Amino acid sequence: MKLSSGPVVPGEPRRIFFKAAAAAAIGGVLGLVPVLTGVWVWLDPVRRRTHSGAGAFLRVATLESLPADGVPRRFAVVAEKIDAWTRTPQTPVGAVYLRRTSDGTGPGKVTALNVVCPHAGCFVDYQASRTGYFCPCHNSTFAVNGAIDMPSSPSPRGLDELAVEIRGREIWVQFQNFQTGRADKVALS
Amino acid sequence: MKSLFDWLDDRTGWRRIAHEALSENIPGGARWRYVWGSTLTFALVAQFVTGMFLWMYYSPSATSAWESVYHIQHVAAGGWFLRGLHHYMAQAMSILLVLHLLQVVIDGAYKAPREVNWWFGVGLLFLTLALSLTGYLLPWDQKGYWATKVSTNLAALTPFVGPEVQRLIVGGADYGHHTLTRFFALHAGVLPAATVALVVGHVALFRRHGITPKRPLRKPDAAFWPDQVLADAVACLAVLATVVFFTVRHHGAELSAPADPSEEYPARPEWYFLFLFQFLKYFSGHTEVWGAIIIPSLLAVVLGAMPLIARWRMGHRFNLVFLGLLLAGAGFLTWQARREDRGNPEFQMAVQRAERDAARAVSLVQQSGGIPPEGAAAMLRQDPLTQGPKLFARNCASCHRFDGHDGLGQARTEEITAATGDTWASLAAARSSSEAQLRAMNPQVGTVAAGTKLRVPELISASDLAGFGSRAWLAGMMDPAQIAGLHFYGGTKFKDGKMVKYVREKVPKYSPAQREQLQQVIQAVSAEAQLPAQAEADLRDAAGIEAGRKALRESLGCTDCHAFRRPDEDATAPDLTGWGSREWLVGMITDPTHDRFYGKRNDRMPKFGRDGVLSPLAVGQLADWLRSAPASQSR
Repeated sequence: MKLSSGPVVPGEPRRIFFKAAAAAAIGGVLGLVPVLTGVWVWLDPVRRRTHSGAGAFLRVATLESLPADGVPRRFAVVAEKIDAWTRTPQTPVGAVYLRRTSDGTGPGKVTALNVVCPHAGCFVDYQASRTGYFCPCHNSTFAVNGAIDMPSSPSPRGLDELAVEIRGREIWVQFQNFQTGRADKVALS
Repeated sequence: MKSLFDWLDDRTGWRRIAHEALSENIPGGARWRYVWGSTLTFALVAQFVTGMFLWMYYSPSATSAWESVYHIQHVAAGGWFLRGLHHYMAQAMSILLVLHLLQVVIDGAYKAPREVNWWFGVGLLFLTLALSLTGYLLPWDQKGYWATKVSTNLAALTPFVGPEVQRLIVGGADYGHHTLTRFFALHAGVLPAATVALVVGHVALFRRHGITPKRPLRKPDAAFWPDQVLADAVACLAVLATVVFFTVRHHGAELSAPADPSEEYPARPEWYFLFLFQFLKYFSGHTEVWGAIIIPSLLAVVLGAMPLIARWRMGHRFNLVFLGLLLAGAGFLTWQARREDRGNPEFQMAVQRAERDAARAVSLVQQSGGIPPEGAAAMLRQDPLTQGPKLFARNCASCHRFDGHDGLGQARTEEITAATGDTWASLAAARSSSEAQLRAMNPQVGTVAAGTKLRVPELISASDLAGFGSRAWLAGMMDPAQIAGLHFYGGTKFKDGKMVKYVREKVPKYSPAQREQLQQVIQAVSAEAQLPAQAEADLRDAAGIEAGRKALRESLGCTDCHAFRRPDEDATAPDLTGWGSREWLVGMITDPTHDRFYGKRNDRMPKFGRDGVLSPLAVGQLADWLRSAPASQSR
């Protein structure tokens, strides 16, 4: 390749333009290969839909540990967790409030609420004094059944109810987390 | 658009900066020999970019470093390519550094008034090597772990402060979490920052003094833009293309098995440090400090002093000769190191074993869908297929074999002195080997005569356990031609025992009906082993197996000596109940002198479990591995 610019001759500007264009094009490739490779790998979590066990019923408690007095009690949800490369067989993945009410026959009715506030994802407290849930972050309040109890509550929806099954004396919950900040429930996967 | 640029120029003065950067005068016009500095700058920037993205995945701790690199290499889409770019670009940099250095010295660009710039360059050379060294450890695989261990141990040889220096580098007395956090902080923080600082100084001084043109000038002067920029860009593109080529060809960088201080690995540094590695071999114990520290430091001092030496009348020539000898020496040592490793079968075997462990680690993680919190090394330590062959080689292979080798694929050999009358053929027969194999083992020997020293396969003194428990193994043992051979009882005192006698005398006289029953007995006894690889066949032949169980008790009379599925106080031979099963094998390895096995008749087999030679975990791993052989491997 002839690289040097010689004395000015007709056609010189065109020659310089092509060299400049070639240098710029190659420079673009040189920059793009490492950057695009990095960005592509960096975007991996957006493309990946991991199986987080969402939707499976998990054993959370026994009827013995949940009196049928209508008072919510908090239980940890323990399940296998895959965190990037680590597979932990049994580890806490979240928590639920369970509440059992009795109609006088059988084990009664058990409801489960995810402890996560649907507003911005804080952990809500159950406050016995006001018979309801209170979020310590932005003061969302919920009735004992999880519904929004005050129009001024910042949360766009009530606490997320989870499906419950009674198997023998065991309480199984279909544990799931949901997107926060919207009026409808959209499960996270 | 123009008004926007004008506005920006008014606020920043970018046009003047761009003009200054691009209008640099190149005396004699653009030339290919000036491209090396630019290629190094490009490589450095590419390392920063790829390194930054790798950082988003990397986790520096002894139980998560290998694991996170595994994730990059095998899970994240494109991760292997990103890691490969970073790995091979680092290698390209060390070559480009040498080329840049050569061009600068040959063209005399290091001489006054450019001394300080030369020192910046030498500083950058050492920073780049330090970046390579620290980066090599980060995956926390066997390769990086052992190689880096050697270099940090050498640091302890530093006079006066060695041990303290080593503790500071390692972050304690031994390798662990703090070694990684320290190396990572150096690799991704301290060293890159120092590199940037020196590069800025290097480029600033280069601009101050201008290029050192190669004389005579062949063409009129020209500006940096666009001719030299184009040449630089083309050279950078060639570098990138080479790096991409190697990345694709090797599917990224190698990731060997997770680091484990209890597992051997043939430590070798990255190829561009091999000359130092080889150099050390020529120093005996107490002079090591000369090879590791003093001589390399003196050479570095001479390198730094080059601009001062050049003031002297013959100085430049001295520098050229010095550099030439240094590079030739390094090249020779590298070649020597490679040649020695290539000609060293033990090294090759060790590399193969390490590759086997690496592949096993990956497939184990993929099978179990993740790595336990204790890390991948712990997982590999629990794995029978990884540990079984190693335990066998260490504890069993002095008597037993596995498919003719020691479990790890290595033949056991010993040296003998040939006696009168020995020939290649007679020795091959005596050692159950072949003439070709013997000749290959003794390339220096032409003809065998009395007194010739020869390397021959060690004689097997107990059974070959490949496929133990399978029908094929049992069929071999029940074959009159094979039972007293070395693969079964030949090396033990049982070669004159009742079983050998029975098979050799009775089996040849079997009627066709009895032969059929023998096949069923073989199926029945083999079914006791419940081999995973034979599960389907056992299910398919359930009727034959049932008939075999009956024949074993009645018509063939096996229970005259063996117990089978019921207590038998008169039994004098090993219990056939659950023969070859995991439980049976664990019992046998634990204590062969138990009444259920050989009892008092046991011939030399140690009580591995009862005497505490092997832990219960190790005994179980051996049993699991022996039983895991695929059906195709059973003889």
